[in-house]
Amino acid sequence: MKLILKIWRQDGPQDEGDFEIHQIDQVSEDSSFLEMLDQLNEQLLGEGIEPILFDHDCREGICGTCSLTINGLPHGPENSTTTCQLHMRKFSDGDTITIEPFRARAFPVVRDLVVDRSAFDRITQAGGFITVRTGSAPDGNALPVPKDDSDLAMDAAACIGCGACVASCKNASAMLFTSAKAGHLNLLPQGKAEKDKRVLAMVSAMDGAGFGNCRNYGECSAACPKDISLDYIAKLNRDHAKAKIKKIFS
Amino acid sequence: MFTSSLGKKYIMALTGIVLIGFVFVHMAGNLQILLGQEAINAYAHALQSLPMPILWGSRVFLIVCVILHAWTAVVLIRENRAARPHANEIEVTKRAGLASLKMGFSGITLLLFIVFHLLHFTIRTIYPEYDDLMTTVGSPNEGEIHDVYSMVLAGFNHLWISIFYVVAMFSLSGHLAHGFSSVFQSLGIRSESWGKKLDLAGKAYAWSICLGFSIVPVLVTIEKFGFITFFETSTYSFPVALN
Repeated sequence: MKLILKIWRQDGPQDEGDFEIHQIDQVSEDSSFLEMLDQLNEQLLGEGIEPILFDHDCREGICGTCSLTINGLPHGPENSTTTCQLHMRKFSDGDTITIEPFRARAFPVVRDLVVDRSAFDRITQAGGFITVRTGSAPDGNALPVPKDDSDLAMDAAACIGCGACVASCKNASAMLFTSAKAGHLNLLPQGKAEKDKRVLAMVSAMDGAGFGNCRNYGECSAACPKDISLDYIAKLNRDHAKAKIKKIFS
Repeated sequence: MFTSSLGKKYIMALTGIVLIGFVFVHMAGNLQILLGQEAINAYAHALQSLPMPILWGSRVFLIVCVILHAWTAVVLIRENRAARPHANEIEVTKRAGLASLKMGFSGITLLLFIVFHLLHFTIRTIYPEYDDLMTTVGSPNEGEIHDVYSMVLAGFNHLWISIFYVVAMFSLSGHLAHGFSSVFQSLGIRSESWGKKLDLAGKAYAWSICLGFSIVPVLVTIEKFGFITFFETSTYSFPVALN
């Protein structure tokens, strides 16, 4: 395959940044999107050009490190797929592909396509944990958890924290991430005890990080590589209101 | 309670509920004009004769809801713009519908409409001569009351006003279509399993309200051009008859 790549280059957080156009030949249809970028970087090194920086780690769709907005879509055109699991056979020979970093004020560009997503860490640090040591794995069913609840908690726990929800949101809202992280713990008996404290702290950290407000578009869930449902956002809205009211009357 | 990002959404939802309910009551009241001059005049007179605290209490409450709703929207939109200072080179929308994306536009249209509508039919500064329309039709006693029937017919006798009203009602239907189901999501009483039904209910509600409000200016306009005879134009006390 022969491709034209329109790629965002930015020297640092303060730099303006702009697109650069590169042509790449002999891309295998079986290579992943990141392998294609590796191939491009080899080519650039050969030409004496600084390689393009992009985030990647496990390359098997579970770490949440890869990002990239490809032709306007975070993680590219495939549903329920991370960039590392996207294959070049989803594109056609001769295509022009536009590659941009995830765009949000809360995700400043470090360089080129690498963005700083530590705002998510700050939300998790605010309440995405259980404050006591819960010990090693207990015997099965020692702590009864209804199957429906454990399924829902697992669906929320599938969030890999990649930030596609923020990148796809026209308001750069982090509600899907925050609601998945809070919902996961709030649904389980170990996490329920600190539910109110957790939702208040996590929402406050989310607001403090400079994310936008949720407008119920649903773009986040459509872009999510793990198909996290909007139900978690509704649940966070409800839990947050309840926690606030309880706090007022306590 | 209302300072966080979610708190602002609660304000939008709670004031939204009041306004969603209000448009239905207002529409139901309006439709009495189809029953004739007596019905609408009697209804309007009964509303105007409500005890002061109830009449003005409701008016102030509604205006406060509109102001809170609009002001919070402005704050939210400013924050949202700041949160995403750099647009994507290619902007793709996967799921969001036109109505949800254009809430700001439909909201501004509605705000302008509300101001115009109040000046047109409530405060009557646009056509002060509407104040002189008095009749005994629909009066609870023999005394003269304001002839709302004739005022509405005269009001929609201007084509541009009818068009503006209908355009505003289409904006309202878009605003309601997204707003109705958003109320449930923002207050956390929505799930994806019945969310689809909620969206449908929202759309049905939005279009019913749009139709219910638009039917009066549309009928008057059709009659103005002589295609039908529906309203009792003979009972007009207004000097300018239809067409």
